[in-house]
Amino acid sequence: MRGILGWGVHLPHGRLDRTQIAPLVGTGGGKGTRSIASYDEDSTTMAVEAGRRLRRTGGPAPRALWFATTTPAYLDKTNATAIHAALRLDRTAGAYDAVGSVRSAAGAIRAALDGTAPALVIGSDVRNGRPGSADESAGGDAAAAMLIGSDADGPILAELIGTAALSEEFLDRWRPPGDAGSRLWEERFGETRYVPLATEVFKLALGEAGIDAAAVDALVVAGLHDRACAAAARASGVAADRVADRLSATVGNPGAAAPGLLLARALETATPGQVVVLLVLSDGADAFVFRATDALSRYAPIEPVAAQIMTGTPVAYGRYLAWRGFLAVEPPRRPEPSRPSASAAGRNTNWKFGLASGSGVLSDQRGTVTTFTVDRLAYSPSPPVVFAVVDFDDGERLPVELTDVTPEEVEVGMRVEMTFRRLFTADGIANYFWKARPVREVESA
Amino acid sequence: MSSHGIRDRVAIVGMGCTRFAEHFDKGADDLLRESTGDAFAAAGVSKDDVDAYWLGTAQSGMSGIMLARPLGLEGKPVTRVENYCATGSEALRQAAYAVASGAYDLAMAVGVEKVKDSGYQGLNAFPIPNDGTQRSLTAAAMFSMIVPAYAKRYGVDPEEMRTVLARIASKNHANGAKNPKAQFRKEWPVEKLLAMPPVAGGLSVFDCAGVADGSAAAIVCRVEDAHRYTDRPVFIKALSFVAGNGSGLEDPTYDYTYFPEVAASAADAYAQAGITDPRTELAMAEVHDCFTPTELVLMEDLGFCARGTAWKEELAGTFDLDGELPVNPDGGLKSFGHPVGASGLRMMFEAWLQLRGDVPDERRISTYGKRSLALTHNLGGYPGEMVSFVGIVGTDRT
Repeated sequence: MRGILGWGVHLPHGRLDRTQIAPLVGTGGGKGTRSIASYDEDSTTMAVEAGRRLRRTGGPAPRALWFATTTPAYLDKTNATAIHAALRLDRTAGAYDAVGSVRSAAGAIRAALDGTAPALVIGSDVRNGRPGSADESAGGDAAAAMLIGSDADGPILAELIGTAALSEEFLDRWRPPGDAGSRLWEERFGETRYVPLATEVFKLALGEAGIDAAAVDALVVAGLHDRACAAAARASGVAADRVADRLSATVGNPGAAAPGLLLARALETATPGQVVVLLVLSDGADAFVFRATDALSRYAPIEPVAAQIMTGTPVAYGRYLAWRGFLAVEPPRRPEPSRPSASAAGRNTNWKFGLASGSGVLSDQRGTVTTFTVDRLAYSPSPPVVFAVVDFDDGERLPVELTDVTPEEVEVGMRVEMTFRRLFTADGIANYFWKARPVREVESA
Repeated sequence: MSSHGIRDRVAIVGMGCTRFAEHFDKGADDLLRESTGDAFAAAGVSKDDVDAYWLGTAQSGMSGIMLARPLGLEGKPVTRVENYCATGSEALRQAAYAVASGAYDLAMAVGVEKVKDSGYQGLNAFPIPNDGTQRSLTAAAMFSMIVPAYAKRYGVDPEEMRTVLARIASKNHANGAKNPKAQFRKEWPVEKLLAMPPVAGGLSVFDCAGVADGSAAAIVCRVEDAHRYTDRPVFIKALSFVAGNGSGLEDPTYDYTYFPEVAASAADAYAQAGITDPRTELAMAEVHDCFTPTELVLMEDLGFCARGTAWKEELAGTFDLDGELPVNPDGGLKSFGHPVGASGLRMMFEAWLQLRGDVPDERRISTYGKRSLALTHNLGGYPGEMVSFVGIVGTDRT
């Protein structure tokens, strides 16, 4: 018996109010908000954050890491190894990228379910579109981690009881490497292909599970073609009130993170015995039918999806455009940082990626701001630099940059936790290290 | 093991110092020729008479050739030294020890920095390949963390604290205004300084050292030879240097209200010089006021006043030109400017002028004629991770 052993999600702290878009660009935008990765986040750092929340719930050590994204920080270089290092996974656990489309995430989930050992699947995406585009407004940034394994590995929370895949070649959307946004064929064309595929794959998977649509308690549909997702749900025979909200009004569509994020959201509200189906529409269709187990009622995810949706904070549209490189703002009048040394970083992997020193692992701890300063002179991709001396709960001290915080919010005594970030990019090298950010969840005394 | 020092074994017999300024029309070569030329003239010697040279520059050049080429030195040893912002003092320390050892009869220490060719404001360290986890904070921001920490520890109201820092800047600007070699020659009243916007923590640009190009030089010999070169030599009483190990950054007991490296180098220097009460024995001090809170803390680390009292002393004018113990009578880093490799020797240049009485009355220290010892303090790095130099010189041999 294979299934889901745990999950963890990451929503970046920033939210873009879509009504800000049209007044500036003259077109685009809409209602509600979408999540936006901060200037110091990318698909790799967000994957680390989701993975860390998952690891905090316990569970077996993964024997493999699958990282799915449509927006990798690197090509030719594996991104999953940075995530592997930051999560301090065992050296013998393989770490692999599944890069390119939302289907990569479905494939990674399938590979993990087909395997024999515990596997960690993380989908993570920074979904950009050109200013004013539908993708800009509809997209979202997020990461979701799923731990998949057998009942021998630990209590299964949602058991896989049926699955099916259909692959089909047709041109619905595409993006040449390096382009800022996707290009789309006429929307109706994709819809006419996806809806029959979804209907067919859904039937195949339910057939394998030996149930019919009426037995489905929650239907999750993920895919970048939103109209097709909505139409597929309508055509499924599952009652509308059992079709999961795709979080369009709050998070947006986070691409390769959407299957995991929406499944996590569904499992967070499911009760034992319920059937949850994940349908992924991307260059074909994949269906996964899960049945929640009794163990689900005892599972406490760290910072659930709903809680993270609540804690976002607005980011001005102009700032967002600058972060994404769509608006060329005046850079700080300081020298650009030089690229980090590969060999020096290679000697210090435990510190740089794992924040582990001889005396302990600081990334697992929380701390308190002892003193801080706001530096309006230092180089930063998004000035000013907010910097604090942090005293960790185990007694260690680290002077470190803060993130996801405004200068006005910081105060001595503020509780902080560590977060994996991209400090800057030089010569195409993403310089990853840790920052501290305010603890947003309620801490028990 | 012990730090014996070289008290009264080495004398400074000639010094020179350029104006510190944004010398967009002068290169390091020009500045080096000017400061060394003045020092040669003061000692009545030529470049060939000097047996060995120490060149201090943090990042304006490399190797002894940087000095040998513009001066046209023939067959002379030239050592380039670097020790953060204490580079100039380090050059002097090496030259003094070289003549004390008997290896050479006459040595020169020269410091220079050409910072205004970078095209950026402030100082910018050149990058050494690293793993990318280093702090990117400016020195201003690192030192700004002293302000709330000091205020909290000693119960100083934050507004009062601002006034104290403005008072320090105002004092040093007033001193620099009287000094033709200083970068900034304008007085700044406390009220105007208080209105400046913060750029790093609570610090405004007027809490920061002036960023200037410049050079300063000193010629040293053994004391028995000193009167061959000048009637009024200045004798080296102490040279102390401490390189911190950076542990302060990770020490949870460190509270950003003091610099242990400074206190340690001061204690060593006072022992070398036989000083027990610096406040009453010293005629003046030139200290490393890279930022106004730095000077505040230094008054306590150097033992000029008790812990937690420097803010009151600064307000009371204790360290003014006409105060009990004049500090930074030449304007300090704040107003004289801070060409990194030259600053330590610039401090010594002011001690040389004041102790010998070579300054006009309007900027003469209150203690002139009554006390004969001067202290220079030069640091580099940040709170928790710094190098510190303390030198003491005097006009009387004991």
